[in-house]
Amino acid sequence: MSAREEILGRVRSAVAGAPRPEVSRSYRTAGTRDRKERVALFCMRAGEYRAEVRRVTDVAAAVAEVCRGRLVVPAGFPRAWRPPALDLVEDVGLSARELDALDGVLTGCTVAIAETGTIVLTAAPDEGRRALTLVPDLHVCVVRESEIVELVPEALAVLADVARPITLISGPSATSDIELDRVEGVHGPRTLVVLVAEEPSAREPAQPPSGSEREPDQQRQHDPDADHQHDRDRRELA
Amino acid sequence: MRPFPEAARVELANVQLRTNLRNATDTIQAKRARVVGELPDWEELREAGRAIKADVLVGLEGYLVQFEAAVEARGGHVHWACDAAEANAVVARVAREHGIDEVLKVKSLTTDEIGLNDALAAAGIRALETDFAELILQLDGDWPSHILVPAIHRNRREIRDLFARTIAPGIASDEPSDLAEAARVYLREKFLDVRMGVSGANFGIAETGTVCVVESEGNGRMCTTLPPVLVSVLGIEKLLPRFADLEVFLQLLPRSATGERMNPYTSLWTGATEGQELHVVLLDNGRTRVLRDEVGRQALACIRCSACLNVCPVYTRTGGHAYGSVYPGPIGAILTPQLLGVEEAPSLPFASTLCGACYDVCPVKIDIPSVLVHLRAKVTAAQGPTRERTGMRTVAWILGAPRRLAFAQALARLLQRPFVREGMLRRLPPPLAAWTRTRDLKPVAPESFREWWRRR
Repeated sequence: MSAREEILGRVRSAVAGAPRPEVSRSYRTAGTRDRKERVALFCMRAGEYRAEVRRVTDVAAAVAEVCRGRLVVPAGFPRAWRPPALDLVEDVGLSARELDALDGVLTGCTVAIAETGTIVLTAAPDEGRRALTLVPDLHVCVVRESEIVELVPEALAVLADVARPITLISGPSATSDIELDRVEGVHGPRTLVVLVAEEPSAREPAQPPSGSEREPDQQRQHDPDADHQHDRDRRELA
Repeated sequence: MRPFPEAARVELANVQLRTNLRNATDTIQAKRARVVGELPDWEELREAGRAIKADVLVGLEGYLVQFEAAVEARGGHVHWACDAAEANAVVARVAREHGIDEVLKVKSLTTDEIGLNDALAAAGIRALETDFAELILQLDGDWPSHILVPAIHRNRREIRDLFARTIAPGIASDEPSDLAEAARVYLREKFLDVRMGVSGANFGIAETGTVCVVESEGNGRMCTTLPPVLVSVLGIEKLLPRFADLEVFLQLLPRSATGERMNPYTSLWTGATEGQELHVVLLDNGRTRVLRDEVGRQALACIRCSACLNVCPVYTRTGGHAYGSVYPGPIGAILTPQLLGVEEAPSLPFASTLCGACYDVCPVKIDIPSVLVHLRAKVTAAQGPTRERTGMRTVAWILGAPRRLAFAQALARLLQRPFVREGMLRRLPPPLAAWTRTRDLKPVAPESFREWWRRR
């Protein structure tokens, strides 16, 4: 008998006849804050992890201000956000060693969670593959205000159909292994800069996104691909 | 396994350990209480967490098959292992097939449980721990004393001296940031070169085949992202039915574990990702034995947050080594005897005061005190008749009738006379000596209540 059959057989006989329990989900699945409060909460909570958080209107100018040296960008990183004077290397399958030789990385994100101060990357075109945001020592992440949800369940609803790898990031890497003294920056980027981009109100959804109503049209407001489409549209207009 | 009281006596004599441990557990406990108090729906999340895990255990067969199919549909390979030896053999075989003699490890209790590092070493493969604390312990041939901060029994000077002898010759500073930098520099080269990573997993999603690793340092991301070959070892109980279930556990785990709203990094990947070869090993190793016990099976719901350790009046004094297993503290006291069989660890269910603090903080509401009592009954039943039990039966018989009690009291008054010193019984002859070794006893009163009442 194979190990598979053996284990499945043992499992079957161990729980034979046991009733299936009811799962009640009475926890919060939709936030109560409006957009302004949501954004403020996100900035505060992300800042408490000792990430550097800035609210910006001109993304390219802010990027130019916080970035030094040579940075890698994923191919889908919006042109409008790239300061002309900055030395940017587009990722064309750089090796880990090549990434290690660069000073930082510049990305967007798919969704951000206000209550926990978390940004979520899904290897989307403006976020790049996982190694990009891992090997370089500085990570500058642009978060659009419309990408910020209030609660963890609301973010998970946005991520439900993402087949690519997902990384949740809450502050720079850290360890408290020595006498519980927190040290920021171990193996991941030691500096995390979050630029929260204000957007023209035309893009704003009429209602704050709701995780409890998971109709497809609700989700589409936060579909990363829709946002990227919007970027492409915006680039073409410019 | 050495009996708990014996092992505990050794650990209790270690003042450094007790000081560090107390400081750490008090700090984490306070942080946990603060961030848990922030959530208005914490109890609802706990209840959902408990119920989802209970459902996983009852429906495990279906979820395992579903998970396997989902991983394979996305190009991953799934292996099944009945015990530690089978799991270790799978990992060694994958390494050998790629001509790999060094692998990088993400901190994982499951791979500690199966003794993977030693098994790989026997096969000529070096397994390098990449979690900061695990690296410290590995360099020193030591083993974890806490689930979450495994090297909590070490102080900064000890670690500096260790690094100076091993990975960072000449290092003078014992500042935690400098020590972390030394580990960063040493491991960076390994991350860039080594071709195989080995991880455990916090969760596996049956619906999608997604594997989830929760961590702080980024070593987990390094090991699961950079090497072209990745092997993840999952206990079969680590599954969750749906992707959306993560919305519960990604709130319960970080707040219960490190007392953070969210841990720095959570990685989720499904099947072979970004050109990487993925192997998933589904491990039994005693878990189906635990599953057979209707009361005890809830121990398999554990998400390894270690909140129960930090509140336990026994653990916070003895530390983890006394439990003689990779699973220490209250959860270890119910998990280890069940995984191995109670006859292998009969003292562990008694390593508790039954105060219930562990139950109160458990994010998935494992009723640890009830399981402890349940296991104690099993241990006692297996031991057969003992002097203690015979004694208790006799006492029950005496207390069963007023006349027997009166007679026993009169007899005791007579027999205790030579042992009363300054109104107390300070030392009794065997077999009662065990009681008076650490306590004084009030003698039986010259007159009982009934006698006094009759006299009035």
